[in-house]
Amino acid sequence: MQPSRNQDTLVGLFVAAGIAGLFFLSLKVSNLSAFSQDESYTITARFENTGGLKVRSAVSAAGVKIGQVSDIYFDTKTYQAVVTMHINQQYNTLPDDTTASIFTSGLLGEQYVNLEPGGSDSYLTDNGKIDITQPAIILEKAIGQFLFKAAEEKGESKE
Amino acid sequence: MINSLQHLGAYTRNSFSKVGRGTGFLLQTLSYLFSVVARPRLLMAQLYSVGVLSFLIITISGLFVGMVLALQGYYTLSAFGAEASLGVMVAASLVRELGPVVSALLFAGRAGSALTAEIGLMKATEQLSGMEMMAIDPFKRIIAPRFLAGCISMPLLAALFSAIGTLGGYMVGSGLLGLDDGAYWSQMQAKIDFQDDIINGVIKSIVFGFVITWIALFEGYDSVPTSEGVSRSTTRTVVNSAFSILGLDFILTALMFGDH
Repeated sequence: MQPSRNQDTLVGLFVAAGIAGLFFLSLKVSNLSAFSQDESYTITARFENTGGLKVRSAVSAAGVKIGQVSDIYFDTKTYQAVVTMHINQQYNTLPDDTTASIFTSGLLGEQYVNLEPGGSDSYLTDNGKIDITQPAIILEKAIGQFLFKAAEEKGESKE
Repeated sequence: MINSLQHLGAYTRNSFSKVGRGTGFLLQTLSYLFSVVARPRLLMAQLYSVGVLSFLIITISGLFVGMVLALQGYYTLSAFGAEASLGVMVAASLVRELGPVVSALLFAGRAGSALTAEIGLMKATEQLSGMEMMAIDPFKRIIAPRFLAGCISMPLLAALFSAIGTLGGYMVGSGLLGLDDGAYWSQMQAKIDFQDDIINGVIKSIVFGFVITWIALFEGYDSVPTSEGVSRSTTRTVVNSAFSILGLDFILTALMFGDH
């Protein structure tokens, strides 16, 4: 009976190690532990342009990640992009005149939603809306404007 | 001319008849899967020889693959000043591709070939027919427990491979290359998604385990009952498994990650 019991132990160890590996991957490697949906509330914001914002992009305030983008769709009535965000429940004291803008982390980094709290006394609640938004800065557009302006100035100085 | 046409025809017909036999074999095996649960002893013995004995090769390979990934990735990433993303690179390549694929290739070489040789020899020494004479169904007693053991072991081995590889990358990254270990883990957690990456990797490894065990058992069962026939079947198991793994991996990757 001894060798068989030995085998059982080894099989048990093997299965336990495999499951531990799976747990390690889920909790330590992936974002499963970082954010769970049930303890969050939803807010929406309308943007003129979302640039390269994606579902699951970060939502941060003062540089701290407080939630993530859960949905982006194009509203055919207002021709704006509607961005739905899940904000972690522990940050439930955002004023209702908070400004949302889309920034890029670094020059080539990913885009994220930055929330700038306002001065209002009432807070954003579940399914609340952010009214003041700032669209993503499109780099090509900015460069184009800059070049155009530079050319214009050059033309003026020549005259 | 006629002769070569005849050869071509015979070859095509043999190939298709083999696919047909393989499918029949799979269906017959699947129909006995529930009877395995009633005899856990047989399954345990197979889990030991298929899974536990593959444990060492998988963990050691995983460790080294992770370490090499970190070393190579570092040289490329540091050219762009993006060393902090090393963790993402190591974990994403392991969880999505290398974990399931390399461990499946190793599994085919280590466990698949053993299964084919074992069953082929059983057939060559007429143990399978002997069992049938004693009214023991070889599918129930021999094939189905091995099949289930392969399908259970493969995902566990692939998960271990990825987990150990990530740790190996961490060892090289923070130990040898002196990277910030906080960035290694935090960037990884920010970018690796549970559903998109981990679950899809696990699905891949389940598919690979299914296919490898199927090929290995069928090649053994279908082998020519001579020593040469068994050796050929064993070779075919490794070659066909490798082809199926790599081909299926392309299809699965296109399906899972195609729209990203």
